[in-house]
Amino acid sequence: MNNLSPILSVKDLHYKYEQQYVLEDVHFDIQKGAFVGLVGPNGSGKTTLIKLILGLLRPQAGDIHLFGKPIQKFKAWNQISFVSQKANTFNRGFPATVFEVVSMGLTGKIGYLRFLNKQHKNKIHEALQSVGMEDYANRNIGDLSGGQQQRVFIARSLVSEPELLILDEPTVGVDTENVERFYHMLSDLNQEKGITLLLVSHDIGTITSYVTDLLCLNKTLHYHGNPGDFYQKSDQELSTFYGHPMHSISHDH
Amino acid sequence: MIETFLEFEFLRNTLYTGLLVGLIAPLLGTFIVVRRLSLIADGLSHVTLSGIAFGLFLEKKIALIAISPYYMGIGFSIIGAIIIEYLRSVYQSFQEIAIPIILSVGVGLSVIFISLADGFNTDLYAYLFGSVAAVGRGDFYFIFMISIFIVLAVIFFYKELFAISFDDEYAKVSGIHAKAIHLLFIILTALAISASIRIVGVLLVSALMTLPVAASIRIAKSFKKAIFLSIVFGELAVLAGLVSGYYFEIPPGGTIVVSLALILGITLFRKSR
Repeated sequence: MNNLSPILSVKDLHYKYEQQYVLEDVHFDIQKGAFVGLVGPNGSGKTTLIKLILGLLRPQAGDIHLFGKPIQKFKAWNQISFVSQKANTFNRGFPATVFEVVSMGLTGKIGYLRFLNKQHKNKIHEALQSVGMEDYANRNIGDLSGGQQQRVFIARSLVSEPELLILDEPTVGVDTENVERFYHMLSDLNQEKGITLLLVSHDIGTITSYVTDLLCLNKTLHYHGNPGDFYQKSDQELSTFYGHPMHSISHDH
Repeated sequence: MIETFLEFEFLRNTLYTGLLVGLIAPLLGTFIVVRRLSLIADGLSHVTLSGIAFGLFLEKKIALIAISPYYMGIGFSIIGAIIIEYLRSVYQSFQEIAIPIILSVGVGLSVIFISLADGFNTDLYAYLFGSVAAVGRGDFYFIFMISIFIVLAVIFFYKELFAISFDDEYAKVSGIHAKAIHLLFIILTALAISASIRIVGVLLVSALMTLPVAASIRIAKSFKKAIFLSIVFGELAVLAGLVSGYYFEIPPGGTIVVSLALILGITLFRKSR
């Protein structure tokens, strides 16, 4: 960890729906250049936490700072990009090409009443290239496989050249053999382009070999640190985290 | 056959208006269909009807002709559009519920005003099913301005409209003022519906917005192509429908919809081979 101010800083964060707390006293920082895995069982508050970070929900207690600014005053949303869990539950009959889908990533950045120019088009092709999908630019998005679609959605997020890329369960609907390739691609983006990644997953097995930092969330943070050290923890602690007996190597489908 | 249309002024107005409507209805219809809001056109057209009925009632009972029933319909349609957007934000998890609410209230108000205005008359018949002879020069100019406004708005807000249609959540995250764009879109839709009613009528206006799109998305790979083909199909159907409607003395609403259905049939057949 360096001493620079973190890209994302979460302090004493609480959030409840009705009377039920889904997040309690959540506290962590993300440094520039990190590849952070956020894991937790279903219903552990992962998606709520992401929505809070993206400003889709307001914190009920606690603070979120983005790039050193309190989220309430944060304006530079184009520095952050998001790949939703729902990204690949889009309407498959939607008549849109891969190019058109990726162009959406520039909408906010270009601004109102302005049009896509040559430079923007080049950026779209570059983004497709960085996820290995440049040959598919004119294909219909619905005709691609789940894994290819997910790459296109990553390209859509990359095209605006964000500093922080947040991915919520991006491998849902991607077949097992492509999951590894997908994580590999993320790892490359992190190392070669220096993009800070926050990857949300319920699958604790695979991602630990790619991420630099691991966050384990179940209402509150149970672990924050190096993924290697996580396995030093006893199975006992893992079970309290997941709420049922489990073993540390749980990567089977 | 088209020559007859160019010969008489009232037919010329109808023809030009028809061509405008054949452009704007499928243009907005493409966004409506991909957003799975196909029934919104029906909801709004019935609200427009209640406005028209209210206008007819005022005209008849209070002899107030300052505002023509048609403009009253447009006003009601815009108010209905704003209410739909409001209901959609209130019922986030049941967004489609806005449509039956607005549709039933539209029909309810229409029934009340129609009976207060002493029931059906030929004017109302033209509003329900469209008419070849109903478009005056004033209406044409008005619809022309509405069309220019719609086309410019879609061109200038194309990327935002496309983004909210494909993925609303992503659009919000990327800094688009989704609420404002939704509102703009539904108002444009209300305007297009009220404009189209002159030609295809209240009951069939949603067909002109959705059938060309149903045909185009069978063929088009890209969104722009889908829009382009929808407009081509819309224009073809309007031309065929107006001409045949005139010769067979049938309200053009019916003939346009049947033409659209034929086009749709061809695309379905073509794909299934």
